[in-house]
Amino acid sequence: MTPANPQRWTRKDLLGIAELSAAEIELILDTADSFAEIGERPIKKVPTLRGKTVINLFFEASTRTRSSFEIAEKRLSADNINFSTSGSALEKGETLVDTALNLQAMAPDLVVIRHGHPGVPHMLAKRLKAGVINAGDGAHEHPTQALLDAYTIRRHKEKIAGLKVAILGDIEHSRVVRSNIHLLRKLGAKVTVGGPRTLMPVAMETMGVEVAYTLDDAIRDADVIMMLRIQLERQGRMSFPSVREYFQLFGLTTERLKVAKEDVIIMHPGPMNRGVEISSELADGPYSVILEQVTHGVSVRMAVLYLLSGVHEETV
Amino acid sequence: MSGLLIHGGRIIDPSQGLDGAFDLLIEDGAVAKIDGAIKKPKDAETFDASGLVVAPGLIDIHVHLREPGQEYKETVRTGTMAAAAGGFTGVACMANTDPVNDNRSVTELILSEAVRWGYARVHPIGAISKGLKGEELAEIGEMLRAGAVAVSDDGKPVMNAELMRRALLYAQHFGVAVIQHAEDLTLTAAGVMHEGEWSTKLGLPGIPGAAEDVMVARDIILTEDTAGRYHVAHLSTARSLDMCRRAKAQGLRVTCEVAPHHLILTDEEVAKSGFSTNTKMKPPLRSERDREALVNGLADGTVDCIASDHAPHHADEKDVQFNLAPFGILGLETTLSLCLDRLVRPGILSLPRLVELLSTGPARVLNLPGGTLKAGSVADVTVFHPDEEVTIRAAAFRSRSRNTPFDGWTLRGHPVATFLAGRRIEV
Repeated sequence: MTPANPQRWTRKDLLGIAELSAAEIELILDTADSFAEIGERPIKKVPTLRGKTVINLFFEASTRTRSSFEIAEKRLSADNINFSTSGSALEKGETLVDTALNLQAMAPDLVVIRHGHPGVPHMLAKRLKAGVINAGDGAHEHPTQALLDAYTIRRHKEKIAGLKVAILGDIEHSRVVRSNIHLLRKLGAKVTVGGPRTLMPVAMETMGVEVAYTLDDAIRDADVIMMLRIQLERQGRMSFPSVREYFQLFGLTTERLKVAKEDVIIMHPGPMNRGVEISSELADGPYSVILEQVTHGVSVRMAVLYLLSGVHEETV
Repeated sequence: MSGLLIHGGRIIDPSQGLDGAFDLLIEDGAVAKIDGAIKKPKDAETFDASGLVVAPGLIDIHVHLREPGQEYKETVRTGTMAAAAGGFTGVACMANTDPVNDNRSVTELILSEAVRWGYARVHPIGAISKGLKGEELAEIGEMLRAGAVAVSDDGKPVMNAELMRRALLYAQHFGVAVIQHAEDLTLTAAGVMHEGEWSTKLGLPGIPGAAEDVMVARDIILTEDTAGRYHVAHLSTARSLDMCRRAKAQGLRVTCEVAPHHLILTDEEVAKSGFSTNTKMKPPLRSERDREALVNGLADGTVDCIASDHAPHHADEKDVQFNLAPFGILGLETTLSLCLDRLVRPGILSLPRLVELLSTGPARVLNLPGGTLKAGSVADVTVFHPDEEVTIRAAAFRSRSRNTPFDGWTLRGHPVATFLAGRRIEV
């Protein structure tokens, strides 16, 4: 195991990976290690965040991320409450600033936010005394996803430094790819992104990655392959002509996996489109760590909630 | 006979190649003479311009006064006060009011409000198309007769090439420029910032430089075929600038303006400011390469004038998520200081060239009175301090809005006084 991390957590918010240091990332991952075991107990609950209030504010549909945060909060004994777009004041025309002020008036300790627009968690963080955790802002960042991905990789590989990681699919609209690039680069991995040119944003190489336009080029000698969800509604809208053609060009199959390393692991942030970006055979096969990612998501989010809540300071 | 002697200053008048220590005598609202040491006429008032620069009144040919219809953002009164405070004696205001300035009565309303308050000259720009819909020509002749000085659908591009061709033809009856907000909306789509490194990093939908370039290219072709008179509003890309440069060399009647924010800030500012909506405008803050090209365009004469695209928006409208915020920032009360500090002080532009870009140039582009201190011309004068330190304070703006990315900036050089037909404007 990694030696105890000397770095203390000092940030109020977790808005993205871009601003974190490698030491801060490792602190979260190491902290997650100590929480992982709780999920294996018959009584999956510790009193760590007792008396803390966490608000989960989801402006965009989410099953996995939201349940993961909720479970993490409950396992830490926090009091949590969920707001989602439907039926909330936002649908009645309330501005985001007013929503923030109203939340602040209820004195939460932490706010977990998912929003379709980049920068919204940053906007809230400036106005809230509570710590803000970005659970995905548009195509910008999804820091806890990148952290759980790194945690999963660490479970399978000696270390992240030196690994070759390929990320494939709709790069342009993916927050997962951006957070992962920041994180993997900070920890010393080599990252290649791949996908159709119509879904590749301009100047991608300024993020410190290699860009490949064929599946084979992207995954050659890869230690880790991350598949991104293809949003089916983009089909026929100038991004790619059909799912059929997409799968022919960029769908990951057992046959095509041969150019990767023998001990490659396959990841997916979910939800998956079987037969679009990945064949079912691979998704359920021995290389896949997709469900492990979900399990580790809870531990990593417990670690983030714990560090941001400040209780580790209070007990010192 | 009323008189005013502005003495002891450095007079810069690019229209007559003048730059030196002179006195300026104004009589009956017109420039009487400029000379080494003018003896004060008996009844004349005086203004001591020692240590200051005296220039023909600055003119901003791209301003949104928001009246009629959006008086909560700005009015003719507050907008012209902002102009005077910023050293401008004249502004040309865009037609995207509510109702649109696509007919004589709106033009007349704007002009009557301007005369009523008297803080600055206002030159309305009429719409090219009825309702800015881009479908049929507005009554351009009627508006021009009522006092409009040019036509533009600014805020929206004229997407329909045939309508643009017709506008370039029809405007020639009146000798006015057709001003284009050059943007191909099919390329902009849902874009909210410049498409490049920073839109990619921030995950924000981009507006490619090509959105501007394809429109400028199309319009230059139409200008050539119609022998029209074409002006590019808020030009923001290196490639559009190049196309203007070539069109000019070819002898076409093409001019362009550049906004101060495009000369000073780049797309990186969106990230540095933490998604501040005061970094959101159209065209968007471009790349460093574009910015450098524009600055070079000022120096080499390709750019005809600096215009601020003063676009007031209420704080409530701007205090929302970046994607949803309206495009635009204020300009009237920051332009002069920004240009002095960021363009003249580093030696990119000479002081006379800056005065040309802010006064003589814009007057020439729209064929407006002013922009000169030649004897007999209207005595619109701006006096400014060339290098005294000032801090931008949005809270103290005369404008009704506060949307500026420059709040708190400390700059050297600032406006001191404006005179409209020889009358000192107090705001």
